[in-house]
Amino acid sequence: MTSTLSPPGAGPGPSTPERVALRHRLAERGVDRTLLLLLPGLLAVVALFCYPFLYGLQISFQPTTGGTLGSYRAFFDNSYAVGSIAITFKLALPAALINVGASVPISYRMRRDFRGKRLLLALLVVPITLGTVLTAEGIVEFFGPVGWFNQTLRTLHLIHTPLTLTYNYWGVLLSLVISGFPFAFLLTHSYLSGIHPALERAAATLGADWRQRFRHITFPLLLPGLMTTFVLTFVLAFAVFPSAIMVGDPDGRTHVISIEAYETALERFNYSQGCAIAMIMTALMLTVIALTMALRTRLYRGATGGKG
Amino acid sequence: MNPTAGQPLPTQQPAPHEGRTGSQVRELRLEGVTRNYGAHTALHPLDLTVHGGEFVALLGPSGCGKTTALNCLAGLLPLTGGRITLDGQRVDTLPPEKRGFGMVFQNYALFPHLTVRANVAFGLKMRKLPKAEIGHRVDEVLRLVRLSEQARKHPGQLSGGQQQRVAIARAIVLEPPLVLMDEPLSNLDAALRLEMRTEIRRIHQQFGLTTLYVTHDQEEALSLADRLVVLHEGRVSQIGTPADLYEHPANPHVAAFMGYRNLLNLTIASTDTTGVHARGRGLELRGTPATDHPLSPDQDVVVAIRPEDIHLAQHDDAAAGPGIEAVAEVVEYHGRQLHVEALTGAGDRIHLTSTSPVHPNDTLSLTVPADRALVFPREPEELQEATG
Repeated sequence: MTSTLSPPGAGPGPSTPERVALRHRLAERGVDRTLLLLLPGLLAVVALFCYPFLYGLQISFQPTTGGTLGSYRAFFDNSYAVGSIAITFKLALPAALINVGASVPISYRMRRDFRGKRLLLALLVVPITLGTVLTAEGIVEFFGPVGWFNQTLRTLHLIHTPLTLTYNYWGVLLSLVISGFPFAFLLTHSYLSGIHPALERAAATLGADWRQRFRHITFPLLLPGLMTTFVLTFVLAFAVFPSAIMVGDPDGRTHVISIEAYETALERFNYSQGCAIAMIMTALMLTVIALTMALRTRLYRGATGGKG
Repeated sequence: MNPTAGQPLPTQQPAPHEGRTGSQVRELRLEGVTRNYGAHTALHPLDLTVHGGEFVALLGPSGCGKTTALNCLAGLLPLTGGRITLDGQRVDTLPPEKRGFGMVFQNYALFPHLTVRANVAFGLKMRKLPKAEIGHRVDEVLRLVRLSEQARKHPGQLSGGQQQRVAIARAIVLEPPLVLMDEPLSNLDAALRLEMRTEIRRIHQQFGLTTLYVTHDQEEALSLADRLVVLHEGRVSQIGTPADLYEHPANPHVAAFMGYRNLLNLTIASTDTTGVHARGRGLELRGTPATDHPLSPDQDVVVAIRPEDIHLAQHDDAAAGPGIEAVAEVVEYHGRQLHVEALTGAGDRIHLTSTSPVHPNDTLSLTVPADRALVFPREPEELQEATG
C-alpha cells in the first residue's frame, strides 16, 4: 500500500489527479472488512493444525539418541515398522477405490426420481452417523464365523467351512468401506448432479448408446470429481486406527502405520520416533494427493453446465 | 426456397439442393401423439405430416406443449399415446440413439470437454465411420457454419453465436432425416438472433434438411418456416403457411400471436353481404367475418385488428361512418412511426401506429378498414383472454 504514497518528486508531473480514498484503493486490491470473516477459521487452523504439526515436526528431529535424523533412521531400520507402510497402502488403496467405484453406478442411478429414493438415500448415508465401535461390533456379529453372512452362505451350500472375515485384513477393509462409502457417495452424487442432463440427451440424439454416453461424456466430466473423492476417501482410510484394532489383527496383517506410531509414542514412550512416524505418514498422504492432483490437472476441469 | 413447401409432394423425387440429393426423408407422420404428466395433459393428440425438405415451426407461448412435442419426436420423452412414422417405418418405439434425428438444444448442450471439432465429429464417431471420412465431413460442415478457425477451441472459449453454430453443425453433420431445433435462438441477443436466423434458413436451404423448429417468437416462425403449427395449451390451434396464418388466423388466439394486438369484445349489430356491423363498449365498427359459421345479430364476437391497420381519421372521411374515439396515453417513438396506446371511453386499450405526430392526452378519432377488422365468434373460455 505504501507504494501508492510515493514522494511527490517521483511522480511524472506536479498535477497528480486527486487521490482516491485509501479505503477504495485497498478495496481495489481485495482488502476490505470481509477479510475479517477469514479470522475465526484461520485461528482454528493455526491453533489446531499448524502449531501441533510444527511442534511434532521439531520433536521428530530431537531424539534422545542418534542425532537429528535418528528417529527416522530407527524407523526405517526396523523392518516390522517399515512393513506397516505397505500394510496401510494395501488397505487404504483398495478401500478408496471400492468406495469411489461403488458410488459411481449408485449415484448415476440416483439422478432420476423414483419411488423410495429418499429412503435409499438415507440408508446409504446412515453409516456416517455410526461410530467406528458400532460398525466394528456389527461386523463382528454379522460377518463372524457364526454370523448371518456365513450362515446364509452355508444354507445356500455355497461354502462348507465359514469364511474368516473378522480379526484380519478383510474385517478392516469391510469397516473402511462401510464408513468411507457415504462420503464417497455424497461427493460423487453432487459432482454428478453438476453435469447437465442435456449433455447426455444430446449424445443420445447423436447416436450414442448408454455405454458410449457414459464413456465419452459423463465419465470424462466426472473424472476430476472422482479423483477428488478418491483422495478424500484415501486419506480417511490411510489414517485407519480403531477398526484396525477392533476388527483387525493389529500385531500382524493389519499393523497399520497409525498403530505403529501409537505404540511407539504411547506404549514405548518414544515421542520423537512417534512424531517421526506421523511425519512420514503425512508425507505419504501428501505424495498420493499430489500425484492424484497432478493427474487431475491434465483433465478438463471447466464448467459442466449443471447446477453443481 | 423449397418449391414443395406446404403442399403434398406430387412426385417421388424431393427437390434437389445444389447438387445434393436433398433430404432423404419423404414423409414424417405424427398420428395422435399424446403426452401426459400424471393427470396433466401436456400434449393433446397431435396429428401432423411433414414432407421431405420442409421447414415446419411449432409456435406457441411457453407451456403450450411445443417442447414436449419435440422431445417426444427426439425420443427423449416416451409418448403416452399415438404413433410416429418416418416413411412408413414406426420410430416412436425406438430409443433416441436409434432414431438418428439431429437435435439442437436451447442451451446448445455442447460437450464442454471436447473441442469444437470433436463435438461435431461425435455423432460420426459413434457411427464408427472411417477416420478419413469423419475428418472430411467435419471440415466441410465447419466451413459451412464458418467455424474452421475455431475448430481447435473448446466451447467455453466461443461466443454465444459461435456455440450456436457448433450445435447446428453437430446436428447436421450426420445429414439426419430430420433436424429438431428447440428455441435455438432464445439465448442470443437481438442482433445476433437476426443474423443466426438467416444462417439457419441458409443452412436449411443448402442441405435441404427436413426441419422441425420450436419457438415462441412469431416473427422467427414466420420468417423461417414453410409451414407453421400454432399450439395453445397442448392443442393445435391452426396449421398453415405463414401467409395463411398472417392473413387468416383461425381464432383470436392465433390472431393475437400473429400481431393482432387489438382484440375487442363487441356484439353484432347487423350483418349484410359485405360484412358485419359490430358495436359495444362505446365503439362501433365494420368488420369481416373470419369464420365459416354465419354470424347472427346479437352474437358476442371478438374483433381482431393489427395496430398498423388503425388509422387516424382524416377530415374528409367523416362519411366513412362511426369510428373509435380514444385518448392517447403512451406514445413510443419507433423511427418512421409512432406506436400509440390509447384508452377508449369504456376503458379498452387500443394499440395503433401513426406516421403523423401524436401526443399523450390527444383525443384521437380512429378508423379501421372493414376488411382489416377480423370478426371471430366469442367462445366462452376466450372471454378473459380477449379482454386482456
